[in-house]
Amino acid sequence: MSSVTSAHSVVEPSPTSKRIAGAIVMLYALITLIPLAWIFLTSIKSPPDSISYPPKVVFTPTLEGYCNLLTTRTRQTPEYIASLPAPTSTCDEVTRKRNMVIAGPSNFLPRFANSLVIAFGSTFLAVSLGTLAAYGFSRFRVPLAEDLLFFILSTRMMPPIAVAIPIYLMYRELGLSDTALGMILLYTAVNVSLAVWLLKGFINEIPREYEEAAMIDGYTRLQAFWKVVLPQATTGIAATAIFCLIFAWNEYAFAALLTSGEAQTAPPFIPTIIGEGGQDWPAVAAGTTIFLIPILVFTILLRKQLLRGITFGAVRK
Amino acid sequence: MVEKAADATARATPTSVAHRVRGLSDRAIAWLFIAPTITLLLAINIFPLIWAIYLSFTNYRANRPNAPVQNVGLSNYERVLTDPDIWQAMQATAHFVFWTILLQTVIGFTLAYLIDRKFRGHAFWTTLILIPMMLSPAVVGNFWRFLYEPQIGLFAYAVSLVTGIPTADIQMLGNVSLAPWAIIIVDTWMWTPYVMLICLAGLRSIPDYIYEAAEVDRASAWRQFWSITVPMALPFIMLAVLFRGIENFKMFDMVTLLTGGGPGSITEVASITLKRAAFESWATGRASAFAIVLFVAVFGLANIYVKALNKVKQR
Repeated sequence: MSSVTSAHSVVEPSPTSKRIAGAIVMLYALITLIPLAWIFLTSIKSPPDSISYPPKVVFTPTLEGYCNLLTTRTRQTPEYIASLPAPTSTCDEVTRKRNMVIAGPSNFLPRFANSLVIAFGSTFLAVSLGTLAAYGFSRFRVPLAEDLLFFILSTRMMPPIAVAIPIYLMYRELGLSDTALGMILLYTAVNVSLAVWLLKGFINEIPREYEEAAMIDGYTRLQAFWKVVLPQATTGIAATAIFCLIFAWNEYAFAALLTSGEAQTAPPFIPTIIGEGGQDWPAVAAGTTIFLIPILVFTILLRKQLLRGITFGAVRK
Repeated sequence: MVEKAADATARATPTSVAHRVRGLSDRAIAWLFIAPTITLLLAINIFPLIWAIYLSFTNYRANRPNAPVQNVGLSNYERVLTDPDIWQAMQATAHFVFWTILLQTVIGFTLAYLIDRKFRGHAFWTTLILIPMMLSPAVVGNFWRFLYEPQIGLFAYAVSLVTGIPTADIQMLGNVSLAPWAIIIVDTWMWTPYVMLICLAGLRSIPDYIYEAAEVDRASAWRQFWSITVPMALPFIMLAVLFRGIENFKMFDMVTLLTGGGPGSITEVASITLKRAAFESWATGRASAFAIVLFVAVFGLANIYVKALNKVKQR
C-alpha cells in the first residue's frame, strides 16, 4: 500500500488548482452531509416544528422526539392530567403538555439490544471462522483452493430475497425463525465469505519465515498460528471486523423477512414508529440518530483501517 | 501482554494434548481450519440454494405447508420468463442500475481526481465524504421519505428555492416520472463515496515516473489525463462498476422503504417483485424460479464482465 501515500513529487499540482479542487470537494462534502444534519435537527424538534413550512432551522430544541421514541403514551383528558402528582421526569412533562401520559416503555431499546447482540455476535463468529479458513487457504495446499475461494465469494452475489425464501422455510422447520441465534448464523454465513477473502490477503502478506522460525524454536503449528500469525494480522482482522459489523448492523432485508418480534433488529423497527396521524418524524429521527451514532464513531475512529480494507479488497479482486 | 498470556496458555496445555496437537499434520490442520467455514456455507448458503432449485420445479406454497406438493416441470420458469410484470421489474432494475452507475462513476471519479490534487486537509474531507456509505440504507432511506415530502420536506424546499417550481409540484415519490429519479438520487448520495475510494486507489497506483516522463515529453495536462490517468485507472473504475452493479441489481432495502415499488409499480425493482411473489402471494415455487433466474443472470453477467476486466488489466 506504499503507493497510496506516495506524492507526485515532480508533477505536484499548482497551488491554484489545489485550492479549486479543495473548494469543490468541501462543497460536495457539506451538501452530502445536509441530510444527516437534518436527521439530527429533526430529532430535537417538537412535532409541530418538524412539519412546519418553510422548514425551520431556528427552533427551541426539545427532547420530545427521544421521549416519544422510548415510550408508549395514551391520550387523557386535561382534568385527569391535572389531577396527577407533579411530573417526575422531562419526558413526563413534555408528554403531559400534549394531553397524554406515559403508558410504558416502547420496543425501541429491546430492538436496539437485539441489533447489538446480533451484529457483534455474528461479527465475532465470522471473523473467527474467517481467520482460521484464511490461514488454511493462505498456508496450505488445499485441493481445489481456487474453486473453493470462488465458491465462497460467489455466495455474495445472491439477492438476499432469493436466499431468504429457502432460509425462511428451513428456519421454520428448525425453530430458528425470529431468534437471535438464527440471525447470528445467517449474518455469519453472509459475512464469512468477505472475511475469508479479505483476511487471506492480509495473512498472505505475513512472511511464512516468522512461523517457520517459531516452529524451529519448538512451537507447534497451532502455537505458531496463535502467537506469531495472529498478532501480526491484528490490523487486517480489525479492518475485516468493521466491515462485518457494518453489514450486520445495517442489514434490513433478512431482518424484515425473518424476524417479527422477539429477535427483530432496529432497522425494520425504526420505520414502523408512528404517532397519531402518521409517522412521528421527530421520534423516527431520534431513533435514526441513536442508531447511526455507533457507526459514525466507528467510521471516524477507524477510518485508516476502513480505507485500507475497502481499497485492499478492491485491489485484490 | 498478549504474548505473555499466550505463553502461559501454551505452557498450561497438558502434555498429552500438546502431543496430540503436535501430532496433527499440516493437512489435518488445514482441514480443521477450513471445515467450519465450509460447513456453515453449505448449511446456510448451498443447501438452501439446492432446496430453492428443487422448489422452483414444484407448486409448493409456504403458507400451505401441508398441501400436496406436485412437480410442475418447467412451467414456473415459463411463467417467470413470459410474465410482463417481471419484465417491467427488470426494466425498472436496468434503469436504476444504469443511471446509478453512470452518476456514481462520473461524480466519484471526479471527486477522486480532485482529492488526488492533495489540497490541505484532504484526508479530513475524504473521511466526511465517506460517512453516507457507512449508514443503513433502510434507516436512512426511510428518512429520505421525510426529506422528499412535497409540502414540508427539505428537498422540495431547496429545489423550489433554486428553480422556482412550486413545492406542491415536486412530488418526488408520488409522481411516476420523478420516483425513479428519487431512488437514483438517494443511491448516488449514498454510494458515490465508495466509487470515489476505489478510483482514488486507482489514481494513487499510477507511478509518478510516468507523469514525469510525460512532462519531459511536454504532453499537455489534457493529453496526460486521457492517455495516462484514465487508461491506468480504468481497471479500478471497472471494478467499482462491477461491485455497484451487483449490489444495485440486488437492491431491496432502500427502495422498499422509500417508494415500496410505487407509485404503481414504476420503481418496483426485481427484488421487490420477488419479495411480493414469495412473501405476499406465497407462490413459493414460482418465486424460487424467479430467484434462480436472477441469480443466474447476476452470476453470468458478472463472469462475462470479469473476463472483459481481465483483458483490460492485461493491456
